[in-house]
Amino acid sequence: MLLKIKDLWKSFDTGSEQIGVLKGVNLTLPSATTLALTGESGSGKTTLLHLVAALDDPDRGQILLDGKKITDSDDADRARFRREIVGIVFQQFNLIPSLDAGANIAFQARLAGQYDPERVEWLADRLDLTAHLEKYPEQLSGGQQQRVAIGRALAGQPRLVLADEPTGNLDEETSTRVLDLMLELVAETDSALLMVTHSRHLASRLARRIHLSQGRLSETGNAQAAE
Amino acid sequence: MNRVAFAALLSYWRCHPVQLAALVVGLALATALWSGVQAINSEARASYAAAARAIGGDDRPTLFPIQGQSIPVETYVSLRRAGWLVSPVIEGRLEVGGERFRLIGVDLVTAPPPALDADALETDVDASDTLGTPGRLFAPRDLAGRLTQSDLPPVVVAPELPAGIVLADVGVVTRLLDREASLDRLIVLPDQPLGRPPLEEIAPELEQRAPGSQEEVARLTDSFHLNLTAFGFLSFAVGLFIVHGAIGLAFEERRSTFRTLRALGLPLKRLVSLLAVELFAFAILSGGLGMLLGSIIAAALLPDVAATLEGLYGATVDESLSLRPAWWAAGLAIAVVGTSLAGAGAMWKVANLPALAAAQPRAWARASERTLWLQAGAALALIAFSGALAIAGSGLVAGFTLLGSLLLACALLLPLWLSVCLHLGRQMASGPISEWFWADTLQQLPGLRLAMMALLLALATNIGVGTMVQSFRLTFTGWLDQRLAAELYVEAEDAQQAEDLVAWLQPRSEAVLPIWSSELRLFGAPARVYGVVDHQTYRENWPLLAFLPGVWDRVEAGEGVLINEQLSRRENLSPGDPIRIDLWETRVAGIYSDYGNPSGQVIVGINELTRFDNLDRRDFGIRTEAPAELERALREDFGLASDQIVDQDALKRMSQEIFERTFSVTAALSVLTLGIAAVAMLTSLLTLANLRLPQLAPVWALGLTRKRLGLLELARSLLLAVLTFAAAVPVGLLLAWVLLTVVNVEAFGWQLPMYVFPSDWLTLGALSLISVALAGLWPAIRIATRPAADLIKVFAHER
Repeated sequence: MLLKIKDLWKSFDTGSEQIGVLKGVNLTLPSATTLALTGESGSGKTTLLHLVAALDDPDRGQILLDGKKITDSDDADRARFRREIVGIVFQQFNLIPSLDAGANIAFQARLAGQYDPERVEWLADRLDLTAHLEKYPEQLSGGQQQRVAIGRALAGQPRLVLADEPTGNLDEETSTRVLDLMLELVAETDSALLMVTHSRHLASRLARRIHLSQGRLSETGNAQAAE
Repeated sequence: MNRVAFAALLSYWRCHPVQLAALVVGLALATALWSGVQAINSEARASYAAAARAIGGDDRPTLFPIQGQSIPVETYVSLRRAGWLVSPVIEGRLEVGGERFRLIGVDLVTAPPPALDADALETDVDASDTLGTPGRLFAPRDLAGRLTQSDLPPVVVAPELPAGIVLADVGVVTRLLDREASLDRLIVLPDQPLGRPPLEEIAPELEQRAPGSQEEVARLTDSFHLNLTAFGFLSFAVGLFIVHGAIGLAFEERRSTFRTLRALGLPLKRLVSLLAVELFAFAILSGGLGMLLGSIIAAALLPDVAATLEGLYGATVDESLSLRPAWWAAGLAIAVVGTSLAGAGAMWKVANLPALAAAQPRAWARASERTLWLQAGAALALIAFSGALAIAGSGLVAGFTLLGSLLLACALLLPLWLSVCLHLGRQMASGPISEWFWADTLQQLPGLRLAMMALLLALATNIGVGTMVQSFRLTFTGWLDQRLAAELYVEAEDAQQAEDLVAWLQPRSEAVLPIWSSELRLFGAPARVYGVVDHQTYRENWPLLAFLPGVWDRVEAGEGVLINEQLSRRENLSPGDPIRIDLWETRVAGIYSDYGNPSGQVIVGINELTRFDNLDRRDFGIRTEAPAELERALREDFGLASDQIVDQDALKRMSQEIFERTFSVTAALSVLTLGIAAVAMLTSLLTLANLRLPQLAPVWALGLTRKRLGLLELARSLLLAVLTFAAAVPVGLLLAWVLLTVVNVEAFGWQLPMYVFPSDWLTLGALSLISVALAGLWPAIRIATRPAADLIKVFAHER
C-alpha cells in the first residue's frame, strides 16, 4: 500500500473556539491509482491534502507512506519526503516567479537529484509548453502556468501526486484539457494521484471517489478506498 | 465622514506594526543626527554671539587696523578729539593655573550696552574700583572660582557673561597682558555728531567694518560647522531612504482600501488630504522623537566639539546644551519637509489613481530595467555636473555640492552594478538552489535598492572620511617630527627671565632657538609673525612646500619671508611674489605647511622682527643631547612651573591628543551613519519579509527546510552587502580625494597627500558585514521559525 492514513484528527483554534476539521479519518491508496476527494467548502479537503504532503502536522493519528511513518519525522525528513516522493499541484500554481518556465518544471526534480533533461523535454512537449520554456510565470496565461505546475510535479517521477483543485482557476474547456493531460501523464508515470476537487464532474473522471463531510470520509465510488 | 475614513486609513498601521516602526524609526533617525548637529552648531554660534555681545557693540560698526596688529592710543585720542564717538577694545589670553581664558578689555564707561549689566552682578561694585589698580575682573560663576591666582584683581561674579570670558576695564587688561598701550579695535557708538571729518582724514590706517564682521571666531569656524552640517545632511538623506521605502509600500498595499473608500463615496481630494494629514502627524511624532534623540547625541558630542573648537580655533563654546525654540521649530520643519519629499511620489500616485486600480505590492517592489537605466542616466548627468563644478566652482559650498553630487551619482549607479553582478552570478550558478538563489536575489533587488544605496553612502563616507583622517594623521605626525625638532621648549615668565634663561642656556646647550612672535593684521585678517635665527634645525627640518633657491639665506638676510600654506592659498601668493607686512615691503621666499592653524603665519629673520610692536620674546626651543638633565636643572635653578617647560615628546603627545579629539566627532558621526544604514537594511528586510512569503512557500513545499531558507535569506543579505562594499571602496576613495584636494583646501587652506589604508577597509568590511548580518538575522530567524501554518496560508489565499 502506497499511502495509509490511520485515525487522523486535526482541529483549528479560531481564538474563541476549537473547530474539529478531521475526526478520525482513515484512508488507503495503492500505487497507480487515481482518487478524487470531494467535499463542501471548509470541509477539510485541503487540510487533509496538506497533512499528506507533510506540510502540516495532525493532532493525532498516523500517515504512512510505503510503510514509513511521516507524521512523527523531523523537518528535514519531511522536506526530503516532499522533495523525493511527492509532487504537488496547487490551485494557485505557486510557481517560482524568479525562474523561467523551463527552470520551474525542472526545479523539484533537480532538488531531488532526479533530473532527467529528456524527461523534462518530453513533459514540456506533452504539456504543449516547448515554445514557452524561456518565459517567466508572469508572462504565461493561467492555463499555461497550471501546465507548468503539473510538469513540475511530474518531472521527478514522484510516487504520489497531490493536486489541490488544480483546475479551480481555469475555465471549463481548459479544465478538461488540463485534467485529461494530468491523468494521461500520471498513468504514463505509474504515479498515484490524490486530487481535491469541488466538481463532481471532474471527480467522476477519476478511478475512485471519496467524500469528506463533518470530518469523516465516506466512499462514493469505490468501497476499498475508505475504511 | 472624515473621522470614519481616517480611522479606516489608520487601521492599516495597526495590522502592520513593522512597517509603522520602519516609518517612525527612519524619520526619527533622519531627524536625530540632523537636529543633533544643528543643536551643536547653534550652541557654538550662540557662544560666539554671546562673546561678541559681552563686549557690547555686536550690532555696531567697528574700526580695525588695515595692516599691523593694533591701534595706537594716539589714534584713538585723535578720533575722539575729531568728534568720533568710539569705544576701545583689547583682547588676549589670560593663563591661570595652566588654564587659558579669553580676557577682554573694554571701556566700562563708554562701551555700548550690554557690555556689563550692573544689576545682574552678584555683589555691588563701585565704578571707581573697576578702574586703575588693582581694578576688578568680571567672570561667569563657574570661571570665577578658578581665577584664584593671588596677583589677579578681585573677581566679581557676572552670571550673564558667556562661558570662558573674563571682562575687565581696558587699562586693567593692558596691565594683565603686559602689553604696551595700544588697542585692538574701536566700536563706533550710536548717535555720532554730524559734520565730523571722514575716517580717511583722521586715521587712514583704519577701516570701518559692518556689524557682525568682527566675529572672527564665527568666520573661522564656519568651515568646521559646515562639515558637521554636511554629515548631518548625509544621515538625514540615509534616513529618508528608509522613510521613502516604508511610505511607498504602505501606500501600495492600501490601494484596495483607497479603492473601496472611493467606491463608497469618499472624494479623491478628501482622500489625498487625509493621507497628507496622516503623513504630517507621522512627521511631527517621529520628528519630535528624533529631536529627543538628537539632543542626546548633541549633549554627548558637544564636549568633544568644544575641545576641537578651542584647540583648533581658540573659540570658547559652552559645553552645556540649551535647546532653543528655534531649534525645535527648525527640527520639526525639516522632519515635515523630509516626510513630504519621501512621500511626494506616493501621494502623486494616489492623486492620479484610477478608481478601480488593483493593489500591486509586488509591482511596487519590482523596478523595471528601464528604471535602472533611468537612474544610471541621472547619475551620469550628476557626474557631468560634478565635473563642471570641479572646473568652474570655488568655495566651500561648491566643494560640498561637488561631494554631494558625486555621492548621489554613485548611489544611483549602485542598483545597476548589483544587477550586473547578480546576472553574472546567475550565469555561473550550477544546481537548482544556487540558480534559484541568484535569480531570487535579482528579483529582491528593487525592494532592497534603497537600503543598499543607504549602505553604500554610509560605507563610502566611512572609507572617505577614514582615509582623510588617516592621511591627515600620517602627514601630521611626519609634520610634527619636522616642526618640533628642538628637544625642549621653554616659556619664560617675562622678558627679564627670558634674557636670564638665554644667558644660562647658551653654554649648556647645543643651541637656543628663540621663538619670538608678534600678532598683527595681514590682508585684513589676524595673523602672527615669528622670528627665527639661522640654524641647521630649520634648514634640515622645516616642512617647506615650495621655495626659492637659497631660501634660508634670503630669510636670514631679510630679503624674504616664509608664509604658511593657508596664507599662500588665501591670498594666492607664490615664492617670489611681493608681500607687504605692516609697513615692510618684501618677498615670499618660501611656503611651509602649517596644519591645525586656521590663521595666516609669517616667518622672518630674527633681526627683522624688531620692525613689529608688542613682541612676545618669552619662548625658546632648545637643542640638547641631554634634555632630561637640562630640564631638571632649569626647574631647579629658575623654579620654572610645569607648564613653562615641555619636552618634545610631551608636546607631540599633546598635539596628537588635540588632533584625535578634533576628529573624534567626525568618527562618531561616521559610525552613527553606518548604524542608520544598518537600520535601513533591517527595516527593508522586515518590510519585505511579508511580501516574501508567496515566493518562499512554494520552495519550502517543494522540499527545502525553513532553516535552510532562513540561511539563504541571511546569505542573500550578506552577498548584497559584500557587493555594495566592493562598490563603496572606490566611491570612498573618490570621496577622500575630493575631501583632501577640494574641501580641505577650501575649509582650512591646506592640502594633504592621500594615503590608502587597505587594512582599515577590511576592518570596515567586517564591521559592515556584522551590521548587515545582525540586520538580516532577525528576518532570517523569522523565516526559519515561521509556523508551517503561515506558509500553508499562501496556498489557500489569492496572491
